[in-house]
Amino acid sequence: MALIKFIQQLSPAVYRLTVAAPEIARKHRPGQFIMLRIDGNGERIPLTVADKNPEAGAIDLIVQTVGKTTYQLCRLKAGDNIKDIAGPLGRPTAIEKLGAVAVIGGGIGIAPLYPIAVGFQKAGNDVISILGARGRDLLILTEKFAAFSSELILTTDDGSAGAQGFVTNALQKLLDAGRDIKKVIAIGPLIMMKAVAELTRPRGIPTVVSLNSLMIDGTGMCGCCRTTIGGRVQFACVHGPEFDGHLVDFDALLRRANTYKDIEQKRLAKYLG
Amino acid sequence: MTEKILRQKKQEQTPQARSRNFEEVSLGYAPERARLEAGRCLQCKNPLCVSGCPVNVKIPQFIRKIKEGDFCGAYAVIREDNYLPAVCGRVCPQETQCEGRCILGRKNEPVAVGDLERFAADWAAANAAAGKRQLASQRAARAQPAAKIAVVGSGPSGLTCAAELNTAGFDVTVFEALHEPGGVLVYGIPEFRLPKNIVRREIDALAAAGVKFELNAVIGKLFTVDELLSGKGFAALYIASGAGFPLFMDIPGEDLNGVYSANEYLTRINLMKACADADTPVLRGRRAAVVGGGNVALDAARSALRLGAEKVYLLYRRSRAEMPARCEEARHAEEEGVEFLFLHNPVKYLGDARGFVQKALVQKMELGAPDTSGRRRPLPVAGSEYELAVDAVIVAVGTQANPLIKDSAPDLETGRSGYIIIDENGKTSKNRVYAGGDITSGAATVILAMGAGKKAARAIGGIL
Ligand SMILES: Cc1cc2nc3c(=O)[nH]c(=O)nc-3n(C[C@H](O)[C@H](O)[C@H](O)COP(=O)(O)OP(=O)(O)OC[C@H]3O[C@@H](n4cnc5c(N)ncnc54)[C@H](O)[C@@H]3O)c2cc1C
Ligand code: SF4
Ligand code: FES
Repeated sequence: MALIKFIQQLSPAVYRLTVAAPEIARKHRPGQFIMLRIDGNGERIPLTVADKNPEAGAIDLIVQTVGKTTYQLCRLKAGDNIKDIAGPLGRPTAIEKLGAVAVIGGGIGIAPLYPIAVGFQKAGNDVISILGARGRDLLILTEKFAAFSSELILTTDDGSAGAQGFVTNALQKLLDAGRDIKKVIAIGPLIMMKAVAELTRPRGIPTVVSLNSLMIDGTGMCGCCRTTIGGRVQFACVHGPEFDGHLVDFDALLRRANTYKDIEQKRLAKYLG
Repeated sequence: MTEKILRQKKQEQTPQARSRNFEEVSLGYAPERARLEAGRCLQCKNPLCVSGCPVNVKIPQFIRKIKEGDFCGAYAVIREDNYLPAVCGRVCPQETQCEGRCILGRKNEPVAVGDLERFAADWAAANAAAGKRQLASQRAARAQPAAKIAVVGSGPSGLTCAAELNTAGFDVTVFEALHEPGGVLVYGIPEFRLPKNIVRREIDALAAAGVKFELNAVIGKLFTVDELLSGKGFAALYIASGAGFPLFMDIPGEDLNGVYSANEYLTRINLMKACADADTPVLRGRRAAVVGGGNVALDAARSALRLGAEKVYLLYRRSRAEMPARCEEARHAEEEGVEFLFLHNPVKYLGDARGFVQKALVQKMELGAPDTSGRRRPLPVAGSEYELAVDAVIVAVGTQANPLIKDSAPDLETGRSGYIIIDENGKTSKNRVYAGGDITSGAATVILAMGAGKKAARAIGGIL
């Protein structure tokens, strides 16, 4: 059982939950995730840790309401308990000093990007942050990123904040201006990560993406999270969640992400009544 | 005279009824039948059955108690050697173990040792709560403070080791990665073959006897082996993390929607209760193909039927004679309507525009010369491919070692396919670290995993 210490609405569809998980808070490294199950009837879902406070024994999860489970989670109150929480899972991000690093976050992907970006900054890199979302409501954590980024670029699809357009437009500009970017880390919707990878591929810029695959156990037992990386079957929960963006078969992942779409829509409609 | 009584059949749900529900297929013996069956045993001086049992349960002795009507006593005899009789009576491959050696089997049918074991265990649980609890590993009085021992994994191997060490007076904590203890017994083997309340009962008894369970604790991630041994103060470790890392065949289309590993499919249904419409979804295929010929494949095939499939094919690349599954399960599956396609192997899956599996391209096989396993090697028949319309595929072609623990303990020696190397006492290359069960042997059986747990417990007790 894990106690919800605090819950805050960041935007109409995005919430931050501070959850008591002392051992996970102590052990977690940027890039790792947890699995949680709200109650005995619930599904196990992976969530990336957005921040942690080892002294207070707590981790922060940032959740967007998309399906029944995330709605249910965001409707919980401080003082409620989450039945099961396991982690930290997955391999931590390889953080090293390279020079200039571009971190690119799309929508809710901005949350897991945060500890990674901070890690790169602490390791002595110039961190150029590009954050994008559909509209300003979904553009989260901008102040936190402003605090350590050597450059912060915001984009929205509708132009309600920052420049109108996609994160890839911003990245393209940087690259066209001849910026010497040693590495790109992109976390966000599959479509976004795919577009980023396509942009960096011809320039040979190492690009890391973090896959938010369907998972059940998160420990390598079920193979639900499998994906083909450079011709080899890899499990996102064990070998990932980060992979070389140039080796990921995004089209296959896009298809796979739809496996339960119909079932999930029906279930959500029923839950929301 | 006694030989004239035929092997007693236990009651079963009819195939028609059971292929649409998840309730247990076999209903077991009523007491009179059990006593009749027990009466068939010759009480051999040199009982061959015992030599066939991996943990040498005192079979004629417990059968005699059943014959005499002392069912609780029978249970007590089994428990001396086997910590989980209610489980083993249901899932052991008796035909290759005790019953396979039973002297009666030479001319007639062997004594139904497994069914009798199950009967004694169920009877004890239902009728002698007090007697059973007495047996539930009471901790021996020991000089305080007792040494702390960590068991990693709560499958049959970990549970047995924990029970033994607890009885010997140690302070045992079981670390389990999932939210529910029991290992394959809860996430893999379906309810209709092994009701979960039976596993739960044993685990509750263990907890009541003082064993601590830390769930959602993924060793290698939350704590490393070294952290358990140093910071956490455990005097020794028993690793029983199983072999649950599913293999795929590496053929085109295996990433289509609707293609599952058996572990995923069964976990969704059992552990996550998709069969009871919990929140975890599962695609309810109308035409399912299951690939493999072991217990795992049969469990998946029979689960697909129960989820409403109209047609379930079992694609096995060898012939019936090589099937590693328990005989009883193969019989049950056939009675329920699973269609066995022997000497068949999928070579490719084809999907629709949305990425859902639609067809399996299958190839016929023939048996060639024996391979390293001693079984005849299946060889593809050229030009024999044809398409099978399916909307769910479940791959049950085996598992390998999960790398999580090894990755966090590089000095833990592993061999072929990542399995942990142990000596004859279950000791690994690392001081004070023991291992056993599927993580050392590769996927095997419940009883072998239990035997390994017991052996390691004795060795651990010996060094402390
Ligand atoms: C579907 C299916 C049907 C089967 N049918 C039969 C049968 O009829 N008869 C038979 O004899 N055998 C059968 N088997 C095989 C049998 O179940 C296994 O051989 C046996 O369970 C192995 O026991 P174990 O304790 O070694 O491992 P498991 O039962 O696999 O348990 C291992 C446990 O360790 C946990 N774990 C793994 N990694 C970690 C970690 N890093 N930290 C913490 N915990 C961890 C796992 O979550 C799991 O709970 C079947 C197997 C399957 C999958
Ligand atoms: S071999 Fe058969 S008849 Fe002999 S003791 Fe064992 S079960 Fe009884
Ligand atoms: S989620 Fe089950 S193997 Fe990755």
